[in-house]
Amino acid sequence: MNIATLSPLPVSRHDQVWAALDLVTDPELDEPITDMGFVEMVAVDAEGGVQVSFRLPTYWCSPNFAFLMAQDIKSGIDALPWVRQSDVQLLDHMAADEMNRVVNAGGFFSDVFNGLTKGEDLQALREKFAVKAFQRRQEVVIKALQALGLTPETLVALPLATLETLNLGEAEGAKARYLSLAHSKAILTNLALTTYQRAPLTVVGFADYMGLLRSVRINMEFSGSLCRGLKTSRYQEIDSDGVLSSVPFAPPDLTQAKHCG
Amino acid sequence: MFITPEGKEIFVLDGHTHFWDGSPENQANIHGKQFIDCFYAYHSNLSPKDQLWPKAKFEKYTEADLYQDLFIDGPDDVAILNSTYLKDFYKKGFNTIERNASVAKKYPNRFIVNGAFDPRDGEKALEYIHWMKETYDIKGVKMYTAEWNGASKGWRLDDPDAYKCFELCDKLGIKNIHVHKGPTIIPLNKDAFDVHDVDHAATDFQGLNWIVEHCGLPRLDDFCWIATQETNVYGGLAVALPFIHARPRYFAEVIAELLFWIGPDKILFGSDYAIWTPKWLVEKLWAFQIPEDIAAERGVQLTDEIKEKILGLNAAKLYNIDVEARKAELRAQPISIAAE
Repeated sequence: MNIATLSPLPVSRHDQVWAALDLVTDPELDEPITDMGFVEMVAVDAEGGVQVSFRLPTYWCSPNFAFLMAQDIKSGIDALPWVRQSDVQLLDHMAADEMNRVVNAGGFFSDVFNGLTKGEDLQALREKFAVKAFQRRQEVVIKALQALGLTPETLVALPLATLETLNLGEAEGAKARYLSLAHSKAILTNLALTTYQRAPLTVVGFADYMGLLRSVRINMEFSGSLCRGLKTSRYQEIDSDGVLSSVPFAPPDLTQAKHCG
Repeated sequence: MFITPEGKEIFVLDGHTHFWDGSPENQANIHGKQFIDCFYAYHSNLSPKDQLWPKAKFEKYTEADLYQDLFIDGPDDVAILNSTYLKDFYKKGFNTIERNASVAKKYPNRFIVNGAFDPRDGEKALEYIHWMKETYDIKGVKMYTAEWNGASKGWRLDDPDAYKCFELCDKLGIKNIHVHKGPTIIPLNKDAFDVHDVDHAATDFQGLNWIVEHCGLPRLDDFCWIATQETNVYGGLAVALPFIHARPRYFAEVIAELLFWIGPDKILFGSDYAIWTPKWLVEKLWAFQIPEDIAAERGVQLTDEIKEKILGLNAAKLYNIDVEARKAELRAQPISIAAE
């Protein structure tokens, strides 16, 4: 049997939804929301209906970042050919109710916070995060190349084709993400390393450029580390005996609180 | 007072502390619960395991806890108590100036009480600034730009109403403006952590000192750029410093960036008590060295002299505190004088 004629193994609809969610990233971190543990539930019914719920590290996570993720989840699911109806639910967030309503109706961010946004929607913000994501992965790639002994003189002239064939070891994942981001924005043509705006790097400006990339990474690591940590800590409490336990989310009982006071 | 292993006395001015009431009894709604829960997650996420508090104590600790943790167990000589009202979330406010001033009065020479105001209150904000100056002779204020106020979900330092307030602060000698950038700014469709309003305000109010808490993270690069351009912009280490325990190499990169860009005279220690306690933070900072490769990349060192500036001398300058005189006063007063 010719192996090339085999159709791919049937993938369950449930798995297809998860695969679509793998492509949705937290814009501030450029990490898949599935890796971050944000996705809480995926349900698929026989009629082509899909439900996804997700939860962020805090109730206060920036509404516009949350909206971008909700929107990307919705469009990622809707792109699956068999999906007839989809519903995305952000849980335990300050703007959850309005946001869920607007995202599921295909609306804009400005519909959620009427009067609190200025004109344009979130496109400029998306672009800003695209730059940071590119720069963050590029730093990892450059450092891996430097570890192989490549000098700034070689790096500024390194052909794209060479980078594609080099094995960067632990940095292969970052390289793949870097090349995919560059490809999606048509940034790279011949050279392996340019700025996001497609300008070639220079030997004289190399150290400054690496400084810029470093500061981008420091910011993203701060957010990433806090997000992962807060996600873990969000529903944990220590009681007066020093015992750590998980506390299921429940709104405070204010009637009772009033009596206590 | 922190005593180094060599026996040297280091003056510690803790630039960022709180005396809050986040207890369920004081929570006005779900947002009040979520706010203190989020603080608690920061606490449990970045503290060493042996420093973790029970949730109930974290929600509401006593005056005695505050005094003990800062000045007896902790190395603080003086602490700045910042006020954060959050009246939309807490029935009696989260930590109001009255609550802070009341504890400060019991422990002379220990606290600097900073006020707070909300420029969106318009004329009332101006009256309130006058009242705080007359009643408590404040030298500084804490601004929380992500605070909710009715339908508004935040404000900017360069809003016209805010400028009227800063003009008044300048006139009354309220020189130190502590800025806490929360994760929400107006307009909401822009980068939620943007710090550029600090740039405008600091340029337009050269007579005021702008202390940006957690040094603008996660927009450290923008903050460094602004603080390099503006001589009156400072960086507070709250939230950045606790990484010294969980991720010391990461902290090294942050402090190296700060030293490279803004230099050793504009970085201020702050524990952010009660999210973290100062004892372990100061001990770890004193023992800390920037790893060689990071120090070489940026050409900076964290010397003992620089640590002493960060821990107290820089903030003492902003608040006109004569360090030697204050040390002498504190030595002369028994440590438990006002503990009840």
